[in-house]
Amino acid sequence: MPMIDLANPTRFLTVVNRTLPWLIAVTVILFAIGLFYAMNAPDDYQQGATVKIMFLHVPAAWLGMLGWGLMSVAALGTLVWRHPLADVAGKAAAPIGAAFTFICLVTGSLWGRPTWGTYWVWDARLTSMLVLLLLYFGVLALYWTAEEPSRGARAAAILSLVGAVNLPIIKFSVDWWNTLHQPASVFRMGGSKIDPALLTPLLIMTMAFTLLFATLHLAAMRNEILRRRVRSMRLMQARELHA
Amino acid sequence: MMNLGPHADFIVAAYAVTIFVVAALVAWIVLDYSAQRRVLGDMEDRGLTRRSQRKAGR
Repeated sequence: MPMIDLANPTRFLTVVNRTLPWLIAVTVILFAIGLFYAMNAPDDYQQGATVKIMFLHVPAAWLGMLGWGLMSVAALGTLVWRHPLADVAGKAAAPIGAAFTFICLVTGSLWGRPTWGTYWVWDARLTSMLVLLLLYFGVLALYWTAEEPSRGARAAAILSLVGAVNLPIIKFSVDWWNTLHQPASVFRMGGSKIDPALLTPLLIMTMAFTLLFATLHLAAMRNEILRRRVRSMRLMQARELHA
Repeated sequence: MMNLGPHADFIVAAYAVTIFVVAALVAWIVLDYSAQRRVLGDMEDRGLTRRSQRKAGR
């Protein structure tokens, strides 16, 4: 099937219904492998066993940012091409991205207390990540409170594009400012600084979480398409009753 | 039994929070899907169809 056919919501639903069971199966298998490696990974020489929090914190941070990146691309589709599936994709990604950003902040805080001696500091990385969560709440409020969904979608798309400025700030905050948070250690020039015994479970868990995100996103998109069908049928019914 | 050292509470709490949030997200999406399917089914049972279905039926 050509990619362009996926732009049709009915065909998109057919593809999602076929794909989801496979995605769920692969996600569960990857989590089983990832968690096995994570639980058997050696302790860090400085942080001890608390390094196990990294296997949740790093993927959650990545997905919090990926979610917003996805919403920004979808926002272009909404504002420039006015494609309904773009808005569906943006709206479906928002609560999932917010959930992973929340997980990132909470697990980071729980990791920070034993390693830094504090749950929270207002340094650039932590603050910019908190700003991302607040931006997610803003987008969700626009989607969920707008009386006219298309108006809410446009407002949310504009906020998604404006909020994308925060993504490079999050990424480079540890280089631009003096932060308590460590600099990049996985994706950096010159290769990862993490020992392979810890890097392997981290990469497997990151793949598992990314597939989980994809699964949840596709399922949430399917829900949103069905919700819009219900709404349009109700509107049609109301028009016919008043005609 | 795995030894999580002196900070086991923090590690367990991090995993518990993650499992709780992901489970809540999955439950919300699954329940939302069945709710939308139920409403659509009820509407179709009452003879309501989408405009595209009507055109296809012509």
